[in-house]
Amino acid sequence: MSVSAATDPMLPRRYRVRKTWKELADVSTMELEALEGQSMAFQPGQFNMLYAFGVGEVAISISGDPAEEGKLVHTIRDVGAVSGALASVSDGDMIGVRGPFGSAWPVAEQTGRHIVFVAGGLGLAPLRPAIYHVLNNRDQYAGLTVVYGSRSPHDLLYAEEVRGWKSRFDTEIEVTVDHAEPGWTGQVGVVTVPLDRALAGNNGAEVSAFVCGPEIMMRFSVMSLKAAGVSEDKIWISMERNMKCAIGFCGHCQFGGDFICRDGPVFRHDHVAKLINRKEV
Amino acid sequence: MEIHSVGEILAAHPVFRDFDEDTLDLLAGCARNEHFHADQTIYSEGDEASKVFLIREGDVAVEISAPNHNPLVVETLRAGDVLGWSWMVPPYQHMSGARALNDVRAISLDAVCMRDKNEDNPELGYQMFKHFVPHMATRFRALRLQLLDVYGTRRG
Amino acid sequence: MPDAKGASFLLDSPGPLVDALRRQGWRVIGPKLGQGAIVYEEIESAADLPRGLTDEQEGGHYRLREGDPDRWFDYVVGPQNWKKWLFPARQKLWSAERSKDGFSVESHEDEWPKTAIFGARACEIAAIEVQDRVFDNGDFADSGYTKRRAGMLIVAVQCARSAATCFCASMNTGPRAEAGFDVALTELETGGFLVECGSDAGAAVLDGLELADASAAQQQAGEAVSHKAAAEQTRTMPANVESVLRDNLDHPRWEEVAERCLSCANCTLACPTCFCSDVEEVNDLSGDHAERWRVWDSCFSLDFSYIHGGAVRRSTLSRYRQWMTHKLSSWHDQFGTSGCVGCGRCIAWCPVGIDITEEAGAIAAEPLAQEV
Repeated sequence: MSVSAATDPMLPRRYRVRKTWKELADVSTMELEALEGQSMAFQPGQFNMLYAFGVGEVAISISGDPAEEGKLVHTIRDVGAVSGALASVSDGDMIGVRGPFGSAWPVAEQTGRHIVFVAGGLGLAPLRPAIYHVLNNRDQYAGLTVVYGSRSPHDLLYAEEVRGWKSRFDTEIEVTVDHAEPGWTGQVGVVTVPLDRALAGNNGAEVSAFVCGPEIMMRFSVMSLKAAGVSEDKIWISMERNMKCAIGFCGHCQFGGDFICRDGPVFRHDHVAKLINRKEV
Repeated sequence: MEIHSVGEILAAHPVFRDFDEDTLDLLAGCARNEHFHADQTIYSEGDEASKVFLIREGDVAVEISAPNHNPLVVETLRAGDVLGWSWMVPPYQHMSGARALNDVRAISLDAVCMRDKNEDNPELGYQMFKHFVPHMATRFRALRLQLLDVYGTRRG
Repeated sequence: MPDAKGASFLLDSPGPLVDALRRQGWRVIGPKLGQGAIVYEEIESAADLPRGLTDEQEGGHYRLREGDPDRWFDYVVGPQNWKKWLFPARQKLWSAERSKDGFSVESHEDEWPKTAIFGARACEIAAIEVQDRVFDNGDFADSGYTKRRAGMLIVAVQCARSAATCFCASMNTGPRAEAGFDVALTELETGGFLVECGSDAGAAVLDGLELADASAAQQQAGEAVSHKAAAEQTRTMPANVESVLRDNLDHPRWEEVAERCLSCANCTLACPTCFCSDVEEVNDLSGDHAERWRVWDSCFSLDFSYIHGGAVRRSTLSRYRQWMTHKLSSWHDQFGTSGCVGCGRCIAWCPVGIDITEEAGAIAAEPLAQEV
């Protein structure tokens, strides 16, 4: 039971913001490089604790390509003091990083299957590393469907990149928004609508699904997946709870017997099914 | 000859594929082919719901307009979808508008013709409701999710 | 005298033991009278111990009373527990200093002189062992806790009586500590102490003392003290509480208890196993110096479950349910043990006298029918 300061899991490592850009009005992406030690290896779905000097620390999922070494990418929405400070960093700034923490999308274990990603809002960011993995290894999978819903055309994340995915002939990419004004030529409707359509043409038994977004959106999506015959042990979701330490000490992220930070954030749906429909757990 | 082909189209549609041939022939009597060009209004809010459309090709925007606002698109429909359910429920008026987003081909079923046939033949009426209600339930579920505005970005 | 682990001796008073510890360089923390209660502070000699006091405890009630002036340890547990030393309420984690190209990070470790906790009860030793699992969870270890725990000696006192709020016997954590101590004292009815040696470190401390070997009869007298204390306990925890709570999240009893619960967090502060914490950013006025501090937090606060948009557990019902189901049920999933050691602090220090055994008992007595 001895821990040296160098391995203290609460101590951040310093990273340099190599490049940052605005994705949406309140969302930015940053590319980071480690200033000390080795670059970070991570699995799709894992998260880091990002520290803004003088402001604080917040849990943010990793949104870059796990196959690209030496580049750590985070996409951050400004929803409070810490995320606001992080979303407004400039090129060359320094931030602190602890991680990576948590469970991963087991996408590499689902070879041979039809992979369906269902993303809602900013939920595309934690899914993107897994989507990269399937795109990079497309021949190992029977199919790739990405269904992405957001509030309005102005809220579509990585819009240009998603168009690029769509232009490939080996993908099925459905983008929808909850509301739109005339001029938007894409789909309008909640994410379950294109999801239902996409599933209608597929055998649910061959589908492995990865769902990330607001909890209600995930519950509705899981209903659609199950109705289409997708087995509950082939559905994974990513949960969000308050996190202060990311290492199972602070107690904030408990969900029943699980710590979201250590046992999650990615859970196989049958593991959390009992509690996820209950109020205030 | 054309009526027969409408019957075939009906038979292939998810809402009607479980109906027997006689029933489809009966309904085909209420049906006709429709074509709308891009940006054409299919119907407007408040119009009499005189038809229901089965979309065969193209995309349709369902819109609600407000005096001080551009019309808000609340839903887009595409091939295979049913457009309009007001034909089943009094006062048989459309509660939203519909506009073709691109070249749209559809089968329309005349509402009065359909309602008369259903009144005359309660078994047909029951079948019709049985197949339309799940479609409406799916739309209600989507509507609820939409109302929740789950991607809200309230600042903390 | 060659003291050995497992051996038993006799001692007239705790005085020589406190002195021996201090002589060997141990800081001694033990029970003291403070603010009308028993508190755990540094003691310089046995004279600091609250000799002659006893306590009276019930739901929402704690009073110290004059007892037999010759008895040393006739009070049981008070509002404090040892976590205030091992897992301090405020603890600096690290600091950062603004620099030309960003900031530097400096780790921080508090001083921790080798420390003997004197007078730990069986339930409290069980609680320390529970927190040991929390702060070294296999993947991560808390460096501060680990350091403090490693530099620590435990002198147990075997309880000679139970308060009305005690239920350690039904949690299998007491009243007799069988292990987990370096030295254990039992205050015998006839006066004097039975001294048990529990470790090599304990043996090293006892080595400097003039101790008589305890006879078999005296050892039996020591055990009889614990039997008597156990027999005094009236509160019990249902044996199946772990599964009963897991299966009864919708039980109407939660609404009843939520009507009484003030959401004040007293139970979590008094509880020797509650470990939830927050991390605060503390800045100086210049803005060039930042510190990260870990502070106790409680699942009873609304902010505790805050995610952007609002708190997950908004009702008192959900927060009480979270605390109790975590303590008694999901703790098993997380750490392979109950989070309750039966010390009864949450009962005595609840301002409205909510009794965890009564609440668990009510749900266990009339569980909801389970879906098959």
